Amino acid sequence: MTRAAADYGDVVVAAPVTVPYVRHSIRSAHHFVARALAGLLRRAGLAKSEIDGLSLASFTLAPDTAIGLTQHLGITTRWLDFLPLGGASGVVALRRALRAVQSGDAEVVACIGADTNHVDSFRQSLGSFSVFARDAVFPYGSGGPNASFAFLTSHYMQSFGARREDFAKLCVAQRQNALHYPHAMFKKPLSLEEYLNARPIAEPLRLFDCVMPCAGAEGFLVMSRGRAEALGLPYARVLSTMERHNAFAEDPIQLRGGWSLDRDRLYGSAGIAPEDVDLVQTYDDYPVMSMIQLEDLGFCAKGEAPEFVRRHSFTTDGSFPLNTCGGQLSAGQAGCAAGFLGLVESIRQLTDGNLARPVEGARFALAVGFGMITYDRGLCSAAAILARAGDGA
Amino acid sequence: MIPPLPRPKRKNPVLRTRAPLLPPGPRSRAALGLTAAAALGRFELQECAACGAVQYPPREACHRCLGVELPWRRQSGEGELIAETTIHHSHDTFFRERLPWRLGMVRLDAGPTVVAHLHGGCGTAPARVLVGARLDKAGQGVLVAFPPEEVPNMADDRQLREMTCDPKYRKVLITDGKTAVGQALVRAVCAAGAELVWVGHAEPWKKLPGLEQIDAMPGVSLVPLDLTDSRAVREIAGEIGGKVDILINNAEVHRTQGIASRSGIEVARAEMDVNYFGLLRLAQEFAPAMRARAADGQSSATAWVNLLSVFALSSFPGQGTYSASKAAALSLSQTLRAEMRPAGIRVIDVFPGPLDDEWNQTLPPPKVSPEALARAIVAALRDGVEDVYPGEVAAEWFARWRENPKALERELASQS
Amino acid sequence: MSTDTLAALAADLLSGRIRVIDLTQTLAPEFPQIVLPPEFGQCWPFRIEEVSRYDERGPAWYWNNFSCGEHTGTHFDAPIHWISGRDLPNNATDTVPVQHLVGRACVIDCSREAAADPDYLLTRERVLEWERHHGRIPPRAWLLMRTDWSKRTDPVAYQNFDETGQHTPGPASDLVRFLVEERDVIGFGSEAIGTDAGQGYHLRPPYPCHYFMHGAGRYGLQCLTNLDRLPPTGAVIFCAPLKIKNGSGSPIRALALVPG
Repeated sequence: MTRAAADYGDVVVAAPVTVPYVRHSIRSAHHFVARALAGLLRRAGLAKSEIDGLSLASFTLAPDTAIGLTQHLGITTRWLDFLPLGGASGVVALRRALRAVQSGDAEVVACIGADTNHVDSFRQSLGSFSVFARDAVFPYGSGGPNASFAFLTSHYMQSFGARREDFAKLCVAQRQNALHYPHAMFKKPLSLEEYLNARPIAEPLRLFDCVMPCAGAEGFLVMSRGRAEALGLPYARVLSTMERHNAFAEDPIQLRGGWSLDRDRLYGSAGIAPEDVDLVQTYDDYPVMSMIQLEDLGFCAKGEAPEFVRRHSFTTDGSFPLNTCGGQLSAGQAGCAAGFLGLVESIRQLTDGNLARPVEGARFALAVGFGMITYDRGLCSAAAILARAGDGA
Repeated sequence: MIPPLPRPKRKNPVLRTRAPLLPPGPRSRAALGLTAAAALGRFELQECAACGAVQYPPREACHRCLGVELPWRRQSGEGELIAETTIHHSHDTFFRERLPWRLGMVRLDAGPTVVAHLHGGCGTAPARVLVGARLDKAGQGVLVAFPPEEVPNMADDRQLREMTCDPKYRKVLITDGKTAVGQALVRAVCAAGAELVWVGHAEPWKKLPGLEQIDAMPGVSLVPLDLTDSRAVREIAGEIGGKVDILINNAEVHRTQGIASRSGIEVARAEMDVNYFGLLRLAQEFAPAMRARAADGQSSATAWVNLLSVFALSSFPGQGTYSASKAAALSLSQTLRAEMRPAGIRVIDVFPGPLDDEWNQTLPPPKVSPEALARAIVAALRDGVEDVYPGEVAAEWFARWRENPKALERELASQS
Repeated sequence: MSTDTLAALAADLLSGRIRVIDLTQTLAPEFPQIVLPPEFGQCWPFRIEEVSRYDERGPAWYWNNFSCGEHTGTHFDAPIHWISGRDLPNNATDTVPVQHLVGRACVIDCSREAAADPDYLLTRERVLEWERHHGRIPPRAWLLMRTDWSKRTDPVAYQNFDETGQHTPGPASDLVRFLVEERDVIGFGSEAIGTDAGQGYHLRPPYPCHYFMHGAGRYGLQCLTNLDRLPPTGAVIFCAPLKIKNGSGSPIRALALVPG
């Protein structure tokens, strides 16, 4: 049995910032990083010189990495991290930053996920995403992630009897949530019929099963509670986190992620149970992944998510609020920023800094990370349980 | 159910001919092992020399034991289709023109899960399938999941035809109809459903047997073609080059001499003039038109076949100048392949052992019969491979050459 | 005297009283070459490769490289060509006396016989009969065998092969000896691809025209054309080979002077 991880003591997370998404941009990723950092400083009332740690996640900075950005943005740090882990980058950045501040390696860490999206950059990125993808996936129709998740979705449907209507339920509910979120890319309601009759992309996936690539950034600050209070910043606490990479490599196809390996420790450290969670931000690049995460994170048994979905409304004002700002499916997927979206939205919900409609009385939020489908499955699983200040074990 | 391939309509001559596109071609060096095997018509994956684990995708180290010796070994390809999709959207121009496209995820019995092009004869998941390797239009090895049993019109599958060069309903030029091999080829490609066969014959006054019967076959026409005559090659290319879908260059001069056994270079030069320069002349005149027609509908230009010799790999000193001319042709063929690749036209090199013909009269068996050689060439077109070693002698020499080229050099010297 | 003759010749050439007839086939890749069994060495056919044609290979000029055998196209056979003439003096293209390369020609019309029989052999009797009409063949004259074979423009008909080999007309063995020994001809010329008949291998000796002519230091001309435009007697022909060192023969531009 792995030793339980130490808690995060008095280290907190604050200043949720979103650089509004745009479908395409002619600016480079550096532009979005800069705007996110400026937003964080403005929000916290900090000078640039007071940031001494930077954690950056991006796919489109090349040939730069985080170090190039220190000079580009004119900041001096004593702690630096670069985590281009896609959908897991937010939670993983959070974990690293918490420990850095806790151990005294840094005082204030800016965590930023940012990517640009030129008209053709998504296509160009696909062929070079990974060696395995270049060798063994992209030459097969070049469908990109849509094709990969079509496999997982069809296998999931075949294994557990999920229906298209079940995925529709999630997509339609998230669109409802997105209508209250000003930065969502999709601003019109989505009907069941529209979802079901959308043009096919990669069977069984149709248009509204697929996220829309866009440009944007998300960020937050990690610092001590004392510092946050001195700055007058609302903050949230981090009760527990996990990450797990390349779990269940022996599974012939992905029906589960690494969450199920760490679930008990995750809730145990947090001192809460799944039913205590007030809102969940799944990593919803495709709705099937939301179902798998709900199962692996203990909200229902493996294979029962379709039934679970049929029982809940998932809107901010209904039962089991899920992806309260619309998730990526409605807000858009801004590269690595998508790995921050759920965390940033969770911090907002727990600090009353809502842009979307608040979940009344929410005390505990679960933000999930998932990413890096370098071949046939997403390799990174991550999750964090956040609590409103004053709540939790 | 695979619908049978329809006979193509005649081309509308006022429409633009589409430019050829290729599927994504970049691969890691490790992954080129798949291509190397597929070029020979084999499905091979890396197997760890230390622990035996089968690896996929190709890699540098064993995922189980970190061993770095990962030799490529033949695979049965048996497996289960566990998931499938039909994509209606692609980020690649080649596939965009060919949507929808069916893909499968297959759990091989040998262990790994593979993404594969899914043949139309495969049942829906879950289903048993047989995975094989093919070269795609880019000339790179890809995996195709086939139904475990033969289904009707198997070769006519739309996706599979993008990886093969099936002669069915295609127009074929065979550069020399005067030899037994040439005539066997004419019969074989006609039997394979070729739409039209042009048969070259040089020095028409040499009335060699069989040519009249070939000429009388439906769909076959004789054309004057002497590979030593640049102008004649250019003229015939101007006449039919814009229609040839498959070019089979079987013209060769074959004499049996080394260096000391015949003085002078006149015969060696004649071998070179046909076997090497003849290929060069053909390639300069026919390749441009074929490249331009590589995406010309169902029956596009698709393949170029060179009849080489297993002696191209390592000299058979008793036929030393012939070996040298075939080695030169092999080298040139690699250049032709590189130049044809942007159009997706397959260049197939055929490396037979001694043919059962008059110039090998005194060699002991086994020798390749013209009919067997022709069958192997048609099979190579249907399978879309790059290198063919028909006959027992060729297969054995190839194996010896792969294992130890220097040893084969010694062995061949002692046979001469 | 000679000066006057040449001046008169020049004047006649200018006025057209003497005409120049081209006896030469065009050198082209499609013109057939002699065929030997494949285990023997082969005569190269005429081949031509463009060097440049006012293009990137040579912007202001056009030229070609060509290749062929010594016995390609309309050509001259020197005595050294045959084993019977190998030891004679002045037997090669560079040493044959140039005085021999211009001379009178007697033309025997065998076109009717050749049309009826492609294996037609010109005989001593036929030549003697010709002499009854046209006079005795003068010494050191060419005997040209007109067959109209050059009118066979299709290479297949020109070569005229079947399963027993080539069928083209030529001289009989005894005629060749007669021409050399009793008429002292300078050489023998043919419209077919060889001076000997297509089936000459079966004569005794094989290829008698090559054997006896070259053995006696005489010459051969092959693949001539336009013999039908020459008078039976009275023409003068020019048939100089390229001056190839120790050459056995050479393509030529054969010309004839005839009364206008």
